Parts: sequence; structure tokens; C-alpha cells
Amino acid sequence: MSASPPPPPGPSGGVSGASFLAPPQPGADGVRKLYRSSEGRMVGGVARGLAGHLGLPVLWVRALFVLLAVFNGIGILLYAVFWFFVPLGVGGVAEAKEPRDARSWLAGKRPDKGQVMALIALAVGTGILVDNLNLGAANRAVWPLLVIGVGVALVWRQADNARKARWVEMSHGKRFWPLVRAAGGIVLVIAGVTGFIVVRGSGGHLGGILQAALAVLVGVALIAGPYLVRMTQDLSAERLLRIRAQERAEVAAHVHDSVLHTLTLIQRHAEEPREVARLARAQERELRAWLYRPEGTGRDDEPTTLAEAVRAAAAEVEDAHGVPVEVVCVGDCPLDERLVAQTQAAREAMVNGAKYGGDGAVQVYAEVEEARVFVSVRDHGPGFDLDRVPDDRMGVRESIIGRMRRNGGEARLRPAPGGGTEVELEMERVAAA
Amino acid sequence: MTTPTGDERRVRVVLVDDHRMFRTGVQAEIGVTAETGVEVVGEAADVDQAVTVVTATRPEVVLLDVHLPGGGGVEVLRRCAALSADPDRPVRFLALSVSDAAEDVIGVIRGGARGYVTKTITGPDLVDSIFRVRDGDAVFSPRLAGFVLDAFASTDAPPVDEDLDRLTQREREVLRLIARGYAYKEIAKQLFISVKTVESHVSAVLRKLQLSNRHELTRWATARRLV
Repeated sequence: MSASPPPPPGPSGGVSGASFLAPPQPGADGVRKLYRSSEGRMVGGVARGLAGHLGLPVLWVRALFVLLAVFNGIGILLYAVFWFFVPLGVGGVAEAKEPRDARSWLAGKRPDKGQVMALIALAVGTGILVDNLNLGAANRAVWPLLVIGVGVALVWRQADNARKARWVEMSHGKRFWPLVRAAGGIVLVIAGVTGFIVVRGSGGHLGGILQAALAVLVGVALIAGPYLVRMTQDLSAERLLRIRAQERAEVAAHVHDSVLHTLTLIQRHAEEPREVARLARAQERELRAWLYRPEGTGRDDEPTTLAEAVRAAAAEVEDAHGVPVEVVCVGDCPLDERLVAQTQAAREAMVNGAKYGGDGAVQVYAEVEEARVFVSVRDHGPGFDLDRVPDDRMGVRESIIGRMRRNGGEARLRPAPGGGTEVELEMERVAAA
Repeated sequence: MTTPTGDERRVRVVLVDDHRMFRTGVQAEIGVTAETGVEVVGEAADVDQAVTVVTATRPEVVLLDVHLPGGGGVEVLRRCAALSADPDRPVRFLALSVSDAAEDVIGVIRGGARGYVTKTITGPDLVDSIFRVRDGDAVFSPRLAGFVLDAFASTDAPPVDEDLDRLTQREREVLRLIARGYAYKEIAKQLFISVKTVESHVSAVLRKLQLSNRHELTRWATARRLV
């Protein structure tokens, strides 16, 4: 099956069990929803998300936040509120129609300059804010609060990354840094809280307070732990079920589109064994190709290798003439001009075999060797003598023998030992293969 | 052809396939003993059943599906190894599969099956194959011959001491003709040799396939991204 199921349409919020799905893009017809951007964000993706939502340059939004931060920290408060309530999404950025494109776009255009500028602005803004706060003895509590804020930001940013990692398959090897970052955030928060307590003058009771806090924490963990575990398990189970259901739906759709229709046709043509066999074979071939298709190759147009081309030609002939064509390929190589000609000649031979070879299967054998490519097409018909064919019949002479000769190959026709005709096509391979 | 065991026109067969409808179909097509000489003495739907039935009935030929619940045809072959090695009344296995994936086919052949045919085979051809396997010959379909050629083609420069793993020029020729859809008789005519010689070449190929070393097959499978 395909590695990543396509995101289904519909207003799935993206937070509940469906977190493996990307939230829907703000489409032209759907309701425009605000998302924080997971692409190209600096802290929480609020500014970029807002910018995408409002259609403004990101820089303006960021500048606005910094500006507001100067006034008693309203900007920071606003940012925090947005971060808390707005879900993370891949949408929200006008330019980022597809995540992958967005990433390369970000990497390509002003990779570092913008970020550095923003950081400087942020630092300046914070400096001004701190300066404004008029740090006297009464306001010493501000420092611990700042530390706590930074710690919380670190941890939350981490949580966002974890969520994003579920949409975009991230490398599993990099487990170390996220852990360090999360631990750092927690340490900062704890330090901030401790500092707060100390600053407020209750330093003497610190030991007792910590003990009490620990006891409360353990109690809460004991009560809530099982629920949390159960909830996570349920969530992942539900996710699994959804994925399965989706895959089954895909299989069902395919079976409905192809197999059921063919079976209906077969019932209708029950009196014509030839037609039934033709339908069944065509369907078998198609279903087989669909079931065992190599993963990730979504190609269904032009064949690119000799074996593919021969099989495609055989399938066409089989469908067109209702005669089974059995193909055996040994080795493979990319197609070039001469091999295309050889494939066409082989196709012509298959057509002849299907037309004049009776009901027996046409057998095709293609072998790629180091120096040459050999194709044999054999039927079980009454046989065929080239010398007795009138000169004006050009099928064999031009389409098979002539075509091979023009491209530097060779074609031989001869009666097969057990009856029928065998066409052998030989072509030298281009040296560089 | 003369046979080492039993009546010329009688062969006792066990059908192993997990699809009942398929077993019924095969039974209807080949199991009319008066016409075909095939007597179906048992059926099985999974590996355990197959081992039990084969041990109990001691048929001459087992028609073995490649994909079976409980470990697949290879597992049946492994657990019946003693029976098929019995010199007096050997049980011979003929793989009958809807799968034409190379790794399935090569797998059962290496496990000890004496031949391989696809489920699209006609009734008379299947009966013919059963008798050939009973008589100790290997039955190669064109497709199987193609897979074998493929398997040996990618190992063109083996170390000298692995002579056994290589196909002789003649064996290769025989396989090519099988792959091109020739019957054994036709191959004999084409190469100016006797049918018996063709059969012995084919048996030699089968033996080499079973003996060829694991390393080589792994390399072959890896090259095709099968493992």
C-alpha cells in the first residue's frame, strides 16, 4: 500500500484522533480557519500563521508583536494567548501550498538574515520592556516570571514539534535534542518557580513547600496516571482503526471499480467463452499489477524498460484479439530507440500469432544479455511460409523483418518444431549499457 | 515411459489448497479416475492438515499450493522431507500456484518440490505434469524456466569451487527453449538429443537449484529488492 494515505477532505479539526492527518488547507470554498504555521516559524508560528490568514507580510505581523511587547508586554501576552488557543497546522501560509515546497522556499530565500533580524528585534523589545518595568525591590518577581515564561515556551515549542512529526515523517534517530530541550524547559520553569518563592521572602519555608508540592504532584499522578495511560492507548487504537478503515476503503473502491464490473460483464457474456476468457485474463492482469505494484511507483503511462514494454505490448494484443499471450522475461534494461523498434516488431509478431495462430496461447520470451537482446514470439497455428506470401503483403516483411534490419537487428521466421511459427528477433545492445 | 512404481496409468494424489472451491474445481477436472488415471486420495487446507493427510495416505504426488495458512508450501515440504526422501515409495511434490512471484516459486522449488505449474494450466496438461512428476521428472513451466535463468544469470562470475551452482551451456539452452514454450519432445528434436537427455538436463537444473548456496540466492533476491 502507499506509504502515506492522502488527507481526506472534510473539516476534521486535526487535534483529536485524526492527528496523523494534516488539517485541511484553507480552501476557496471552505471556511478560512486560522492555524499556526508549522513551517518557517521562529517561536510558535503565530505570526506566520496570522500573516497567512490576513494576507500580510510576516515581517509586519512580527514587528507589530514586538511593538506591542514594548507596551507593558501586551504583545507577549497576545502571542501567548494565540499560541495556546490556535491549533498548529500546515496551512495558514499563503505561499506554502505544500509543506515540502514551503521548506525549500524558506531554505532558498533569505535563509538566515530574516531570522537574525527578528531575534535582534526581539532582544531589543525585551530590553525595552524590562527597562520599562522599572525594576525596583517590589518588582523583583519579574525575573523569575520571565524565566518561567521562557521555560514554558521551550516545552510548548517542543510539543508542537512532536505533533508536527506525526504529519511529516521525521527522522527517528534524532531523539536526543528534543529530550534535552524539553528537560531544559522544565529546569527553567522549576528554577523560575523556586526563584519566585525565594524572592517573595518565603525562602525559609522552601524545604517544606517543596515537600508539600511533591506530595501533591505524586497524588495527582497516582489519580490521573491510569486515566492518561488509558486515554493514550485508546487514541492510538482509534488511529490504527482509522488507518485500516481507510486502506480497506481503498481496496473496496478498486475492487468495485474493476473486479465487480468485470464479473458483471462475464455474467452477461456467459455464452461466449472466448469473450469471458478475455475479460477474465485482462482483469487478472490488472488486479495483479495493482496488488503487487512496487511501492512508490505511481507511473502508469509509458514503459521505460524492455520487459515493461514487452509486457505492455502483450497485454494490448491479448485485449485486442482475445488470445492469451504468455510472457517470460529474463533480465531487463532501459529502452532505447533500437529496443523500441524491436518491441514494435515483437508486437507485430504477437498480432500475427494471435490472428493466425489458432486458439492456443502465443508465447513470448524476451532475454536481455550483455551484448544483445533476444525476443522470441511463438504460436501454435498451422505454420507459415514466407516464400509463399505474395510480394504485396507487407506485414511481415516490413513491420518485422524490415524494421529490425533498418535498426541494425535481425529477424528470423521459421516453423516451430512442434507446429506453429516462431519469430526470433535479435538486436545488438548499445555498448554503453 | 516405464515407471519404477506401481501401475502405469494410476497415480494417487493429494490436493493441498486453502480454497475449497479451487480444490473442488481441480477434483472435477482431473479426479475422474477412469478417464485420467488420477485418483485423489486426500485433501488438505492448511499445513498441519497437509502433513497429517500426506503421512496417512502416502500418495505418489502432492499438488501443493504455495500460499497456505500455517507457514506455506515450504513448511509442508520441510515437515514431509522424510517422506519425499524415502527411496521405496517417495512422495513427490508439484507446486501449483496462482502466484507468479519469483520468490514464491523459487522458494518451493528449493524446498524440494519437483516442479511448478500455474493455476491457469489446463486439465490435460496438469494430468500430464502429475504423471511426469510421479516418474521422477521435473516439470518446468516456461515461467519457472524464466525465473531460474534469471536466478543464475546474475551470478555470471562465481568462484571456481562452486561449479555445481553453475548451469552448463546445454542446460541453459534447454531452459531457454522451455521458457520459449517448447515441450520436452520439441526440445529434443531441436537440439538433436533424446527426450531422456532433455529430462536429465532438467533434473540436473532442479538439483542445482536446490543445492545452490544461500548466499547466491540472497544476492539475487536483494538485487530485485525482494528481501
